Amino acid sequence: MVKFYDREFSSRLLIGSALYQSPTIMQDSIRASGAEIVTVSLRREAAGGKAGDVFWSLIRELGVTVLPNTAGCRGVRDAVTTAKMARELFGTSWIKLEVIADNDTLQPDVVGLVEAATILVKDGFEVFPYCTEDLSVAMKLVDVGCRVIMPWAAPIGSARGITNRDGLKLLRDRLPDITLVVDAGLGAPSHAAAAMELGFDAVLLNTAIAKAEHPVPMAGAFKLAVEAGRIAYESGLMDARDFASPSTPVIGTPFWHAVS
Amino acid sequence: MLVILNGEQREIAADNVAALMSELDFTAGHFAVSLNYEVVPRGKWAETPVVAGDEIEILTPRQGG
Repeated sequence: MVKFYDREFSSRLLIGSALYQSPTIMQDSIRASGAEIVTVSLRREAAGGKAGDVFWSLIRELGVTVLPNTAGCRGVRDAVTTAKMARELFGTSWIKLEVIADNDTLQPDVVGLVEAATILVKDGFEVFPYCTEDLSVAMKLVDVGCRVIMPWAAPIGSARGITNRDGLKLLRDRLPDITLVVDAGLGAPSHAAAAMELGFDAVLLNTAIAKAEHPVPMAGAFKLAVEAGRIAYESGLMDARDFASPSTPVIGTPFWHAVS
Repeated sequence: MLVILNGEQREIAADNVAALMSELDFTAGHFAVSLNYEVVPRGKWAETPVVAGDEIEILTPRQGG
């Protein structure tokens, strides 16, 4: 089981609801992933529009826990207000907090992030901050009351996988009691397995599944990879070494002579 | 009067949030409203006045990652 604040879940895969080719593929992919937590956003509606209601019905049919985000928000005020509107709209104090610094890389504005998280925690939110793998930022987020930290592996939607393994591993080593989620940048199930093998508690995926040629089976592949990675971590991976070490017994090697 | 509605200037007749929602044909469904960066809970729409120059944001659930 994995714990997000005071709630426990069996799936260690969180999934996004965006970029699918159709509503049916979105629903089927979410089901195939086994995810129990699904990220959603808030967007403007044209006058008289019903897009929000149609989408919300699809999510409610799945019976999942929703994690609203503040995606795209630039600046503390926009992110904090969006979080409060999310609480009103979805009836949850959970918020995936994004404060974006740069449009091309979607690099988190970590200074604004800490400031926004401070305000929201004081207001009763349970914050899931999207951050970089910088340890000092993660420690500040913990200091202000975040119990979940969600560093990127690589820029959102880039599919590059883990670009700073040492940085992520350091977060795990230094924050043993915090729920750590790799959020963003994963492209292949092997990337997700690698994150889980590092001891991360979960991964959050969207583009890698939604933009696969066949999203539904890919969702299943990620489900298996996350499970495999977690079992591997719990089983204790052996340490790497520089030279070969024979697995077949040396004693009794055929045709071996003590004197050559 | 002129307000800023979802980032654009717009002429509206309504003088409170509930009336504005009706004017925009947002009578049913899931909406969150903020007025000058303060959330207006649904239960307070009718009693919350809208005045010229107000900045209003009306959001609905949408796909997200």
